[in-house]
Amino acid sequence: MHKLHIESAPHTHGNASASSMMLLVIIALLPAAITGIFNYGTQAAMLLFVSVGSAFVTEALMTLIFRHRMTVRDLSAVVTGLILGMLLPPDLEPWKAALGSVLAIAIKQFFGGIGKNPVNPAGIAWIFLLIMNYQEMTTWRIPGTGELTRVTPLMSGGATYWDLILGNCASYIGTGCAAALLLGAVFLCLTGIISPVTPLSFLGSFALLTWIGGFDVPGQLLSGCILLAACFMASDFTTTPFTLAGKCVFGIGCGVLTFFIRHYGGYPEGAVFAVVVMNLLTPKLNRLTRRRPFGAAAKQKKRKEKKKKAVSEAA
Amino acid sequence: MKRLNGIRLPKSKRAQNKQITVLPLPKLIRIPMLMHMGEPCVPCVEPDEYVYVGQEIGRAESDKAVPIHSSVSGNVSVISEYSLPDGTKVPAVEIIPDGLQVIHPDCIPPKISNQKELADAARKSGCVGLGGSGDLTYQKFSRSEKMNILVLNGAECECFLSTDLRQMLENAEQIISGAAMIQKIMKIKEVLIGVQSNQPAAIQVLTQAAEKQKGITVCPLPPLYPQGEKKVLVFHTTGLVVPEGQEPEDIGVLVLNVSTCAFLYQYAQTGIPLVERVVTVDGNAVPKACNLQVPVGTPIIDVLSYASCELDLVKEIYSGGAMTGVCYPAFRASVVKPQNGLVAMKTVSKRKAPTDCIRCGKCLSACPMNLMPTEIDRSYQKRDVAALTDLHTGLCMNCGCCTYVCPANRPLSETIQQAKLLLSNA
Repeated sequence: MHKLHIESAPHTHGNASASSMMLLVIIALLPAAITGIFNYGTQAAMLLFVSVGSAFVTEALMTLIFRHRMTVRDLSAVVTGLILGMLLPPDLEPWKAALGSVLAIAIKQFFGGIGKNPVNPAGIAWIFLLIMNYQEMTTWRIPGTGELTRVTPLMSGGATYWDLILGNCASYIGTGCAAALLLGAVFLCLTGIISPVTPLSFLGSFALLTWIGGFDVPGQLLSGCILLAACFMASDFTTTPFTLAGKCVFGIGCGVLTFFIRHYGGYPEGAVFAVVVMNLLTPKLNRLTRRRPFGAAAKQKKRKEKKKKAVSEAA
Repeated sequence: MKRLNGIRLPKSKRAQNKQITVLPLPKLIRIPMLMHMGEPCVPCVEPDEYVYVGQEIGRAESDKAVPIHSSVSGNVSVISEYSLPDGTKVPAVEIIPDGLQVIHPDCIPPKISNQKELADAARKSGCVGLGGSGDLTYQKFSRSEKMNILVLNGAECECFLSTDLRQMLENAEQIISGAAMIQKIMKIKEVLIGVQSNQPAAIQVLTQAAEKQKGITVCPLPPLYPQGEKKVLVFHTTGLVVPEGQEPEDIGVLVLNVSTCAFLYQYAQTGIPLVERVVTVDGNAVPKACNLQVPVGTPIIDVLSYASCELDLVKEIYSGGAMTGVCYPAFRASVVKPQNGLVAMKTVSKRKAPTDCIRCGKCLSACPMNLMPTEIDRSYQKRDVAALTDLHTGLCMNCGCCTYVCPANRPLSETIQQAKLLLSNA
């Protein structure tokens, strides 16, 4: 008789793959990106195309140079490029968008590629672009009229809630329409790609502080980059904790930092900064919030036992 | 009550509505001398000797073995060498059945009046855990003096398998009588039967059968995999947590499979030892999935042929379900006592190459033991024994959930088994 194939159990797989998960993230980002294109026209589309395309090409080239496994097919570079593009003002020069994407992917690849980067690549690239072109990055265009402004609704409070929800306000390409962002976030939670814990604790803690500080809570939540950062950057797999308690602490940390940067910092927006700062704490949070395995002795008891042992040995 | 993590497996039990049918006697029976967790038996028959059904043919020489009995009557043809799926070589007794199935005169109902006699009877019957584990049942009875709760395992959450389900539907009376018998002998107050909530028919039949008995209740379990693992089962039925490094018996909970319970009752009535069992035959190379009652030692080829499996197309055969089944290296193998499934596939479930962990944390939310598979994987790559101990690697029960959900196709559960090996050698 012929030979049989042997392999260890399990003999079946759930069919989840990195690329299918990334594809779902892209689908979730699309409504917000499309409203951005609708608001700002071909210029915005061009900018998104440049940031996504250059991220994709950089990923391919870098994996070849570093001899990493070819990872362009997992679409993580597209997600990075898309998030960065959505955080840009429509009037930014395209080469600057490309530079941001190259930087984002390069940082990721320097640390060893997907799953190994310590901070959100899109976040760190956005901070670089903001510092490099402070003027351009803080000049927005009002949809419809095409007027340029240096004041967002976040600073002036000059937009109605409906404007903020539907994206009828001066903003970055992908951050204007709160409804589209929330739609994407709910989609990701329902498909099980992200856990709602991080966005909820992020937005919740921020809302609480805003309320205590006596600011306009819905206005603060609906404007700026906070929704994009909370739903799509603070829930990134690699750079955020994977324990439930860790996610919760991470979200609260982001919310608190965002509040302080927004109201007491020199920059108009704080959510992306908050996420990147909290990213650096992720390894520590993962360690501190380790779960107690089922049936394992409580840690404190163990310490006590160790102490007892040490005492008895000393005696 | 808090629910332990688990995964939802796609529906695959094609044989769940098929009644148990008896396989016609094969032309040859080959009984390996190791069918349980422990040490092999020593053949105690000679070639050309006539053996009866239920006659001892393998003597248990240590505490870690139970005797093996002939499942047919006929002449012993040869004592051959048999290689187990893991590569170990053990002797096997080959018998040519004469078709008469004469029962050995020594098979008389045993006298069981206390816990010790029950353990002795379980040992003499050659009983092992019929749910697939192959644990020695008698050790469970003798492990602890006082048992408070008896938990019967009717979860059978694995892919394909439906032997316990059929036992519950067709032999509910025997299961309940067996439970009542053990309950009386061991003075156990409470009997809990765990059945998955997606098997309402089985729950109904058992509840009906248990109405007359005192203290027997059926507990619905969540429709997740794994539920049949003893620590998970004990938690979901009794709410008790089995501490690390202990067995449920140590905290006064006796866990038996429903089929094992039914067999013990039959043994107490007839005195015929464990010589046959029910096997689910399934897989995409098997056109007619079925539940077959087969004599222990039946060659798997006979079982597969009966289920009209096209043997030439088969690429992979495993014993047990898709999540924990063990692959056979060759067609020359027999059905053994703890085997609840025989799955023949004409497609090879070739794994995709593993890629880097994206730290999505899916394995964490799948692990019923609340372990951190990806962290164990990382620590194992560094051979970091201290970190592996800290992560309680030893608690892993190899259910395979982490490997099943991993989007990066990492062989997590395999790595954890290697990590356990590293820890035990360190």
